[in-house]
Amino acid sequence: MARLVVEQPGPLALVEDLGRAGFAHLGVSRSGALDRGAARLANRLVGNPDGRAVLEVLVGGFRARFEGAETWFAVTGAWGRVTLDGRPVAPYAAARARPGSVLELGAAERGIRYLLAVRGGIDEPPVLGSRARDTLAALGPEPLAPGRVLAIGAEPAASVPLIDQDAAFPPAGGPVTLALLPGPRADWFTDAARHALFETPWRVTERADRVGVRLVGAPLARRVEGELASEATVPGSMQVAGGGQPTILLADGPVTGGYPVVAIVTPASLDVVAQVRPGQEVRFRHA
Amino acid sequence: MNRRLLPSGEAAVLVECDGLDEVLALHDALAADRLPGVVELVPAARTVLVGVDTDVLPLESAMTWIRRATLAAPVTGEREAADVATIPVVYDGDDLAATAHLLDISTEALVDAHRSAEWRVAFAGFAPGFGYLVCDDWPYEVPRLDAPRTRVPAGAVALAGAFAGVYPRQSPGGWRLIGRTDAVLWDAQSDPPALLVPGRRVRFEAAD
Repeated sequence: MARLVVEQPGPLALVEDLGRAGFAHLGVSRSGALDRGAARLANRLVGNPDGRAVLEVLVGGFRARFEGAETWFAVTGAWGRVTLDGRPVAPYAAARARPGSVLELGAAERGIRYLLAVRGGIDEPPVLGSRARDTLAALGPEPLAPGRVLAIGAEPAASVPLIDQDAAFPPAGGPVTLALLPGPRADWFTDAARHALFETPWRVTERADRVGVRLVGAPLARRVEGELASEATVPGSMQVAGGGQPTILLADGPVTGGYPVVAIVTPASLDVVAQVRPGQEVRFRHA
Repeated sequence: MNRRLLPSGEAAVLVECDGLDEVLALHDALAADRLPGVVELVPAARTVLVGVDTDVLPLESAMTWIRRATLAAPVTGEREAADVATIPVVYDGDDLAATAHLLDISTEALVDAHRSAEWRVAFAGFAPGFGYLVCDDWPYEVPRLDAPRTRVPAGAVALAGAFAGVYPRQSPGGWRLIGRTDAVLWDAQSDPPALLVPGRRVRFEAAD
């Protein structure tokens, strides 16, 4: 049986899939890979169905050893030096590892989260139908630690596809533009604030994780004062706390929140948010 | 009911109600006539979020379905006598005496009121399996702790605002603790995994 043995996880390496939708009414977020497009692509590159579990590796510094059987793998998402037994591996392409081969994901140069798919998928026990680690609710497989042995699932029916290498493009290193849909409480904000959201630059702060990404910029002034009764949010909800600074809630975000949501980041743009770094400039456009 | 539908992204809509009774009535009406492609039905204090899989159910179709349900649902219908979750409690919480003092009643009166109230789960949040319990006859408004505890033990029975609750597992928390229970509030292997599902009725009883 093919296995992946973690030698060094780096700052944070998690098992993720496309998450567990359908349990928000019980207080459980969707969770799943933050860069869903990259997770899907990594799976497709090795012939897996889209929803197989992959590893989401933050920043890099990750090393693991293949054991048991020859295994196809692919790395997508962040862009950096990826090597197998010291030899560079092409990004966004399937490659084959022999038993004993060591895969290393170096420091990410573009983007911040690598997605590593292995053919057959990571086969950890599912919780509520998903192998995703929810960092807020502490559901799903534990964060990876040195020595952790991950089982690899049965080979899928599809073969490893031939894919045009031109399809590979790294996450943006400079300013990014995200598409916004109106939020349920847009009318709680002044016209000037709603205008400023789209017309002024924002910057990603250090307060960025799988729960949410806090931005800093011109404070968004409210037209309606007072408390909002907690209401359900979705991944991509941009909530604005007391100081007027927005936070984009991500896959592990709380299912309900008491701050007004001014806008919603589209799913495609959420994949971009998954790869932004603290200090990076963000601008918004109408979806 | 004629409720405002608020935008909540490409695959969800937030339905605004006048209050919790309407939320529960609307949630029941939608749950009873649930369409394929409805992925999430999430009640909260004054809203119900409807999340869909747009490959199966376009958002426009879901909105038509919601509008029909809001027209049909009674504003404050008698809810069906759903099965009751009974939760045994040892009333020895660290904040019991202080909470009774805050409310200007005796400890015994607070325990009696908590035990005799017929609670129902209004909605969930904060953590998997954490239900916000409400009771029409509950007269107390309990302020949260000024400084939340960093560790509240699993099974802690607590009060905050107009709500009662039980911590499903150890976590930080700012609610006032009045007792503890051995009841299992959350078990991912069970179906449903939560004991306190929105709409369910709940009674607390003194444990032996």
